[in-house]
Amino acid sequence: MDADAFSVEAAGVRQHESAWRRLRRNWSVRIGGSVLVLLVAIALAAPLLGTVDPTLFDAGSRDLRPGMTGQITTLDGDTIPHRFLMGSDSFGRDIYSRVIYGARVSLSVGLLVALLALAFGISAGLGAGYLRWLDGVLMRFMDGLMAIPGILVAIALVALWRGSLTTVVIAIAIPEIPRVTRLVRSLVLSIREEPYVEAAVSLGTPTWKIMFGHILPNTIAPLIVQGTYICASAILLESILSFLGVGLPPDIPTWGNIMAEGRVQFNEYPHNVFFPGLFLAVTVLAVNILGDGLRDTLDPKMARRV
Amino acid sequence: MSAVLEVRDLSVALPAGGDRRRAVERVSFNVERGEIVCLVGESGSGKSVIAQALMGLLPPALPVTGGSILLEGEDVVKLRPERLRELRATRMSMVFQEPMTALNPVMTCGAQIDEVLRQHTRLAPGERRAKILDIVHEVALPDPERIVASYPHQLSGGQRQRIVIAMALVLEPVLLIADEPTTALDVTTQAQILKLIQELQARHGMGVLFITHDFGVVAEIAHRVAVLRLGEMVELGAKIEVLMRPQHFYTRMLIAAVPKVHPQGRSADASAPLVLETRGLSKTYVDRGWFSGRRAVNAADDVTLEVRRGQTLGIVGESGSGKSTVARCIVRLIDPSGGQIRLGGEDIATRSRAALRPLRRKVQIVFQDPYRSLNPRRTVGEAIIEGPRNYGLSRREALERARRLMELVRMDPGVLNRYPHQFSGGQRQRICIARALAMEPELLIADEAVSALDVSVQAQVLALFEEIRARLNLAMLFITHDLRVAAQVCDYVAVMSHGRIVEQGPALQVFGGPRHEYTRALFAAAPGRDFAFGAG
Repeated sequence: MDADAFSVEAAGVRQHESAWRRLRRNWSVRIGGSVLVLLVAIALAAPLLGTVDPTLFDAGSRDLRPGMTGQITTLDGDTIPHRFLMGSDSFGRDIYSRVIYGARVSLSVGLLVALLALAFGISAGLGAGYLRWLDGVLMRFMDGLMAIPGILVAIALVALWRGSLTTVVIAIAIPEIPRVTRLVRSLVLSIREEPYVEAAVSLGTPTWKIMFGHILPNTIAPLIVQGTYICASAILLESILSFLGVGLPPDIPTWGNIMAEGRVQFNEYPHNVFFPGLFLAVTVLAVNILGDGLRDTLDPKMARRV
Repeated sequence: MSAVLEVRDLSVALPAGGDRRRAVERVSFNVERGEIVCLVGESGSGKSVIAQALMGLLPPALPVTGGSILLEGEDVVKLRPERLRELRATRMSMVFQEPMTALNPVMTCGAQIDEVLRQHTRLAPGERRAKILDIVHEVALPDPERIVASYPHQLSGGQRQRIVIAMALVLEPVLLIADEPTTALDVTTQAQILKLIQELQARHGMGVLFITHDFGVVAEIAHRVAVLRLGEMVELGAKIEVLMRPQHFYTRMLIAAVPKVHPQGRSADASAPLVLETRGLSKTYVDRGWFSGRRAVNAADDVTLEVRRGQTLGIVGESGSGKSTVARCIVRLIDPSGGQIRLGGEDIATRSRAALRPLRRKVQIVFQDPYRSLNPRRTVGEAIIEGPRNYGLSRREALERARRLMELVRMDPGVLNRYPHQFSGGQRQRICIARALAMEPELLIADEAVSALDVSVQAQVLALFEEIRARLNLAMLFITHDLRVAAQVCDYVAVMSHGRIVEQGPALQVFGGPRHEYTRALFAAAPGRDFAFGAG
């Protein structure tokens, strides 16, 4: 070691900042993350935010403009006064309550789709990338999956199983899986050539340990970033499906449902479409900004790859 | 005085949080007309920063904080960007290390030279064309018409570098800055490019600032030498003075670290037990296209060699000679297409992965790139105990062994819980050696294991390999493109070219009287081979 003191190199050792610290300093992560945390908090605390049951309606409170006070009938048949912050729809339901509860659906769909697509995509991508005999078969299957339009898959599944959260999540996740698989496969193909993987082979490390212990951890950063993009597009797609009437059933409030129902009266009562649309846009924007921030801090090379 | 370039007290700042305050600290030197000045230093010494400063190409994070750079009396530091753009290519130009990335892959070589002419001159198309063919001819490229019409990928590395040089010289600048222009090239190509630069320099009488880390190259080409260390110039003088009678302790240390080109001549015991023996080993890559026919490339062809306990066999050759293919076949990272690999009498060439497992531990390998040889997400302790744990050693015992090995490779056993990025290249290479030794191998393969290291670190790691071989009585297979390194550590040498061993024998014999034509060409190309460093 003493001789190393002479070397220029010894002086050149740098302390790297931890990824976590870099993340906290990034403005995109801060802004996107804060907005998202706020939205999650709103979704969780929905019953405490002056909302009523989003399925309640009152014939006397139809088509109220935002801020007007009217009444609403509870399930027990009592009629209580209620202030409609975002107005009411043509059934006399409270748009505010529906939008706030709708956040639960949108955020769950985003998160679940991302997790599902990543879980399947990682397994398939690791297999295809590291086990060469699996590659041809698996990737041709994925190519086939990619050739089917996503909306068509969704419509088919909903027709088959009728609309529910599970159906919608699966329907949206399926077209994402081949994309994740391709990304993971390309990452694995480059990482498997790294000398540290070859060193592990020569150390007699079993194949499964190399795949999960050496290769998988080094794909995580780009996958987290990809996950946020999937999440954002899933939220958007769920709204589109619900808007088209092939998503969740109309009795569950989602941003897409609310907009679909408000569409007819858009000229007279634009608030029916405006408020859910605003929430949708802000949510997707926040997730995408967060994703960009994560990409810049965790994986600078990713910008060129995706 | 006809100084083309005068650098006075040049200082360049480093961004906050760097390992030192200034990238370059009050550096002064001149380049006279018709003179080659070599700027030598290890990585991080600031030599490339100086080159960028001269061209006015420093990134905003590295501002010039003091001093002046006078190019024929004009201060580059204070020039307006437009004037600077005019000076580049017309008065000073630069040749970079990597000829492939310095050229635009989608433009023909002729068009790229033409671009320089169109930017800076008002010549008619016909005149430009004549000038382009002239300069291509001058850099000794065969068939200029064809070369001018080719794309960079159609040329070899040496030819590409000639094109880059042609681009740099087409407007007859007074100063040529060459930043490690031969580092990415093979030794025989390097010799040609060095000769070319010398010839062109003599013919045009320009000043050349040649940046390199290689003292062999310095000995070959320099008139004067400036030695940099951590951004400061520690020594400046005539080549003979600096190389033969270095004054500063750092220069002396660097020059002492340059491996000698003549082998030490250890007497190797020819009756020591055989550890590895390959017979007719070959690896053929077959390319079967859908539409094209079958194309086969012999990466290794009929390679027969043996390594005995306690001895080192060096495989030397240029890139693409198949030396790494042989190593990777022996470790069975790739499967050989034919021949035998006998390890302690057992043939492992065709064993299945499962049947190979018990034998894996006998052969270990250390790779070239210390930055990619360790998993960035695992501590060095985890890296070293991975192998022993695979073979059933308990975690406690494995860690105990790891600590002993860290001491053996001269590292502090207390750093086992750190991550690879906290270590320098040389330290990482020591860790990789410890990881390989943790398997208690009989054969250690070093695949260009010191090629990525600075010369002073290289000397230390080479000494470590020597010590380990002697202490553990290991058989070693040392793969290198560097003849000096091979001369320093090998008992036997095998010279490879185009997948075949063209000559092999005791190091003294091969280095003393090479018989094969290729070996002789290779030795003749080694830069600074006749120079006795520090002999004064």
